[in-house]
Amino acid sequence: MEIVAEVNRITKSFDNREVLKGIDFKIEKGENLVVFGKSGSGKSVLIKCMAGLLSPDDGEVIMLGEKIADLETHELNIIRKRIGFLFQSGALYDSMTVRENLEFPLRDLNQSKKDEIDSLVVEALENVGLKDAIDKMPSELSGGMRKRIGLARTLILKPEIILYDEPTTGLDPITSKEISELILDIQKKYNAASVIITHDVECARITANRMVIIKEGVVVAAGTFQELSKSSDQWVRSFFS
Amino acid sequence: MAIELKIKVSAVSKAVGKPFENLYIKTLRGFFEEITRLTLFTFRFFKELVKPPYEVNEFLKQAYLIGYKSIPLVVITGFIMGLVLTIQSRPTLVEFGAESWLPAMVAISIIREIGPVITALIFAGKVGSGIGAELASMKATEQIDAMEVSGINPFKYLVVTRIAAATIMLPVLVILADAVSLYGAYVGVNLKGDVSFHLFFLEVFAKLSFTDVLPAIIKTFFFGFAVGSIGCYRGYHASQGTEGVGVASNAAVVQGSLTIFILDMVVVQITSLFI
Repeated sequence: MEIVAEVNRITKSFDNREVLKGIDFKIEKGENLVVFGKSGSGKSVLIKCMAGLLSPDDGEVIMLGEKIADLETHELNIIRKRIGFLFQSGALYDSMTVRENLEFPLRDLNQSKKDEIDSLVVEALENVGLKDAIDKMPSELSGGMRKRIGLARTLILKPEIILYDEPTTGLDPITSKEISELILDIQKKYNAASVIITHDVECARITANRMVIIKEGVVVAAGTFQELSKSSDQWVRSFFS
Repeated sequence: MAIELKIKVSAVSKAVGKPFENLYIKTLRGFFEEITRLTLFTFRFFKELVKPPYEVNEFLKQAYLIGYKSIPLVVITGFIMGLVLTIQSRPTLVEFGAESWLPAMVAISIIREIGPVITALIFAGKVGSGIGAELASMKATEQIDAMEVSGINPFKYLVVTRIAAATIMLPVLVILADAVSLYGAYVGVNLKGDVSFHLFFLEVFAKLSFTDVLPAIIKTFFFGFAVGSIGCYRGYHASQGTEGVGVASNAAVVQGSLTIFILDMVVVQITSLFI
């Protein structure tokens, strides 16, 4: 299988506090990898290192065959257009409507392709089931809707890798399940590889092809959901009980 | 005994003095580090300003929000400024029998100093705090990160456009404030006198010279640049969370206002060398 992302022995510290202590994993094309762990275990720092928002102190991140640390800003921006990132809060631009939020990543496309942009926006909204919200402002949307619109904005560039930062945090169980199923649908539709950072067992159960569990900045267990839920390690098993 | 006491006193004073000494050094170092970061931020602005692609639409939007939306505030304060200055100046001039100098004196005060400085301070309060709070809240809600991962340069889109709009729009607002302020002065003169509109402005323009107007307008570009860059710097580098939004907004106003006074002092010194 084709490897689309690699994280090799990365470390990251903040003010003498070592958050990541040498993390390793690889992601194959079309695979959903769930990174599981307690709050404060370094999951969000890991995903930000993968997106190039933070630079690791040591080790390397290779996305779509390119070492992130070696890229110039314009080269990194080209790679970023092939990687989607869904933020915990959705991170919608407050001053823009839903339509403008979705059009924003497409700014580099020629304005003469207005019809093409419109159809991409509508298609992305249809994928998340929120076509009617096209002219709403982010302040008019619920938490679940904001996440869906955030996901639609992530999908509009048809990314090859999607990074999800706590996609179900702060949502009720029903909406959480809907978002998890949406992630699965997107995997099937776009055949994109996904890294899903979460501490929601139900989300992991629905979405994971493979999981890694992080404890205090290191990977302590890896395997499928079924394997890990029956792990001989009590600490690992405690997540699933 | 005396020597022992002296040693003890010296040890105590050293122990007490050291934390203060460290605090001074820390504060001073923090100040210079901040100045360095702000300078680098400013250099980055100039670098990104000349590099394509240019965010023309966002610049025009910011010019509208920063400039056009500030017009009511500037007009009201400008009018009051001219009116009050005239009312306050009249008794002194009357005492010296120089009441006829009132239009010229008020006009020179407004054009050279009060108009630019007061308008810039109001601008720092409205626009500087707005930019600081907006960017800080975008940072707290990960909107700036979202732009970055979309492959869009957030510095160019958010910072360059706002600083450029603030730099260009403040001089326009100052010219407007000066004009309205002179009208306020005309109203003030007529509260206790009877001077025609034509005569009032004839007096004003007879005493005003090119050297009054030009330096006053030029310095407002620097004021606008200072307000924009400090607001953007504070917002863009705000700490996460809602507390960071308040701190950024407050610091943008306080530091922006202080910088306006410092720049004004420097400009006045430079101008006085030539005039």
